[in-house]
Amino acid sequence: MNGTEGPYAIEMVGIRKVFPGIIANDGIDLRVRNNEIHAILGENGAGKSTLMSVLFGLYAPDAGIIRIHGKEASIHDPNDASSCGIGMVHQHFKLVRPYTVAENIILGLEPRNGFGEVDYRGAERRVAELSERYGLSVDPKAKVESISVGMQQRAEILKILYRNADILIFDEPTAVLTPQEIDELMTILKRLRSEGKTIVLITHKLREIKEVAERCTVLRRGRLIGTVEVADTDASALAEMMVGREVDFQITKEKSQPGDILLSVRGISVRGSRGNIAVRNLSFDLRAGEILGFAGVDGNGQSELVAALTGLRPIETGSIELCGKDITRSSIKERADTGMGHVPEDRHRHGLVLDFRLDENLALRTYDRKPFLRNLFFLDFAAIASHARQLIEDYDIRASQGPATKARSMSGGNQQKAIIAREIDLSPKLLVIAQPTRGLDVGAIENIHRRIIAERDKGRAILLISFELDEVMALCDRIAAISKGEIVGIVEAGEADEKMIGQMMAGHHSLSKKETP
Amino acid sequence: MTGTSRLPTEGPAMPRTFLDAFINSNGALSILVVLLGFACGTLIIMAVGRNPAGLYLALLQTLTGFNATTGVWNARYVGEWLTAAMPLILCGMSMGFAARTGLFNIGAEGQYIVGLTAAQFVALYAPPFFGAEWVVCLLAAAAAGAFWGGLVGWLRARFSVSEVVATIMLNYIAFFLSRYLTRLIPDANTYRTPNFPGAAIIPRWFIDDLTNHSRLSAGIFVVLACVILYWLVLERTKLGFELRATGLNRTAAGYAGIGVNRCFTTSMGIAGAFAGLAGAIVALGSFSYGRVIGGYDNYGFNGIAVALVGNSTAGGTLLSGLLFGMLSSAQPLMQSRQIPKEIAWIISGLVVVLVSLRAGIRLVIAWRAKVAAARSLAEREAAGA
Ligand SMILES: Nc1ncnc2c1ncn2[C@@H]1O[C@H](COP(=O)(O)OP(=O)(O)OP(=O)(O)O)[C@@H](O)[C@H]1O
Ligand SMILES: [Mg+2]
Repeated sequence: MNGTEGPYAIEMVGIRKVFPGIIANDGIDLRVRNNEIHAILGENGAGKSTLMSVLFGLYAPDAGIIRIHGKEASIHDPNDASSCGIGMVHQHFKLVRPYTVAENIILGLEPRNGFGEVDYRGAERRVAELSERYGLSVDPKAKVESISVGMQQRAEILKILYRNADILIFDEPTAVLTPQEIDELMTILKRLRSEGKTIVLITHKLREIKEVAERCTVLRRGRLIGTVEVADTDASALAEMMVGREVDFQITKEKSQPGDILLSVRGISVRGSRGNIAVRNLSFDLRAGEILGFAGVDGNGQSELVAALTGLRPIETGSIELCGKDITRSSIKERADTGMGHVPEDRHRHGLVLDFRLDENLALRTYDRKPFLRNLFFLDFAAIASHARQLIEDYDIRASQGPATKARSMSGGNQQKAIIAREIDLSPKLLVIAQPTRGLDVGAIENIHRRIIAERDKGRAILLISFELDEVMALCDRIAAISKGEIVGIVEAGEADEKMIGQMMAGHHSLSKKETP
Repeated sequence: MTGTSRLPTEGPAMPRTFLDAFINSNGALSILVVLLGFACGTLIIMAVGRNPAGLYLALLQTLTGFNATTGVWNARYVGEWLTAAMPLILCGMSMGFAARTGLFNIGAEGQYIVGLTAAQFVALYAPPFFGAEWVVCLLAAAAAGAFWGGLVGWLRARFSVSEVVATIMLNYIAFFLSRYLTRLIPDANTYRTPNFPGAAIIPRWFIDDLTNHSRLSAGIFVVLACVILYWLVLERTKLGFELRATGLNRTAAGYAGIGVNRCFTTSMGIAGAFAGLAGAIVALGSFSYGRVIGGYDNYGFNGIAVALVGNSTAGGTLLSGLLFGMLSSAQPLMQSRQIPKEIAWIISGLVVVLVSLRAGIRLVIAWRAKVAAARSLAEREAAGA
């Protein structure tokens, strides 16, 4: 391999990484040019995070070499990666919550003044300088626990820049962001490039790739499919390369046939985690056979609304009726028994028991029922496993050891698929779904959307919360715009356009014909 | 992409997966830790100028009854070993069962005392029961322990009282209550009650002959049944599923509709029953009269270490209870071989400390493996080039 030094910032050649039951990376080559934004695309479980973990020294590869700026590098741990100028923004941030942004950034590299004390002033100044230079608006004195997700992410970026990284790895940075924050991040990425940084970006959103990336490397089932110039290709070609078949971006659905009112919410108010009133006197009805979407900017009460409906949070005033039964004060279990299913927003906290096997996770809602409960006491683990095999097949959950896979070892997207599979499989009368397609690849999104519509056509009621306006517009029959904890208006999906919903989300009543509850 | 072709297609998968399995297996790590503990003990014996062979001969005699110095075989030592192990295994399961539900049960000692006291009272006062009054005594002890443990679980569930604080307080209460109540028994003096009726003492059946009149009783079968029950409940039943889910992720369990609070109470109740049984087995297996306890027997506290080394699994707790039982019943034999008996406690202490460092040890092993793998990769690279 002599003479290939060229203009590459990163060269990974023949990378192989084996996990029990699966070859996560099978001889993958990745070449990232100096000062480019290089996207990595691939289905859930294709091996993207694994490849980047190898580059960052979190996993030792079973074969392959890494060259950084043409020089062979031996990266055994993140400290080695850091001294090679590589930094990584993880999907789950690694910040100390009660500390300020500046304290987090200097952690482990504290500058000292002449007396050997930590020089916080100097640190704050340096952080402010960096944030100015790269257009990252971050307040160095703010406590991490009090700032938005977007700002936490920018703090992570600053942390890397503070350590003089010139190669930045982002693993699905936009999965946790709102559309506004995504726009800001795209601007930041371009700014970083213009300041001479090299960036590797893992994302499932083809639009983002088209917007910022020069080249894109596509992986499928642990193998390299190829690297393409983004300018020469389009979204559907990329999707086809990644999935191996054509992907249907257009959601086709019949007009809804709303039936009886299943869920009736009357004047509920809910407190947020800081004690403020997050949902204010909210009322709406949801009928069988329709999908009602809530569109709104993050932090306008959507999470609290879902928590109140599903029983995770008490309500202050008002009442909730499901299938003609008052469930205002019912426990989570009683709500489930009345016919409510829920895909939670926070998959690690609420959705999964990470140290349980996949099949146990898939039975988490139904273990106490017929096929799984053999008699009064004993569970039928064979039935639990075969149920899991069915869902793995139906929802294309990629789990390296089948039903026995520990949920923790599954890729992020496949964890999400498992939760959705479990809840849709229950086929509850009312399904409350928050951010269903976070972290899913386009093929999986297509599949999940189809299944949600199939549930609707079976006569189920579906309440959807998503930051993706596209998703809300495409899936829902009616759309409620929510702002400051209040419904600004509810419109039929056919009559809505993006601009109108956007204005309603900003709180402009005039555009909507208010629905009388 | 010519680079790929000359790279070896098979990575060093075998040793890597073995190492991975080792690092990820708590059982393998516990064994390593125990071996390390013995290695340190051996070094200490050498440092104080004694022959470490004495330690191992004493342990051999404890485990098999065979005295290698005299060539005499006496099964009584085996019986004594198992007698010491019985309450340790049960108290270990008390700690372990609660731990699997995410609770820290410091109260096995108190639950043990309550069980012991209940067993003594029932033994002295219960009406005849087909000549097997001891069974009733065991049941009463389990019930008393379950109540004492369940109370903590209920306080935790109902009032969010920390189970650590509650169990520590209840240990004291159990201790003084037991002393007070036992001394109320007519003809009881400051340290003992009258003798138990014969049918209340746990029978020895064939065990007596088999182990050459050791103190080992039929309680050993109760212990084995409990080990099986522990496994069965946790791994095979609906209740066990709920308890394990609660232990691993409380919020997700609650969200899935599992009654987390009920799990706390149930789990602590079952944990208490195990410790209560331990109290009865000691009271009615090793003594012929009721004791006015003058201090803690410490089985409950040692159970914490037993569960820790045994990873709170059924099999692990059984093995680690046997290990700790061996170390304690080997002490007289060690002394007769000029080995200070404190060595046994040093070894147990080291094992506990090292097990607590498990996470750290794991990190070191993983790190070394990673360096080794990277180095072998680099070497193969150099060889191939
Ligand atoms: N620590 C681990 N132990 C065992 N298997 C693992 C581990 N990490 C990843 N895997 C497996 O390797 C495969 C690739 O996982 P990886 O996380 O790299 O996927 P990904 O491309 O990032 O997917 P996603 O888009 O869902 O995040 C998956 O099948 C996963 O189950
Ligand atoms: Mg990933």
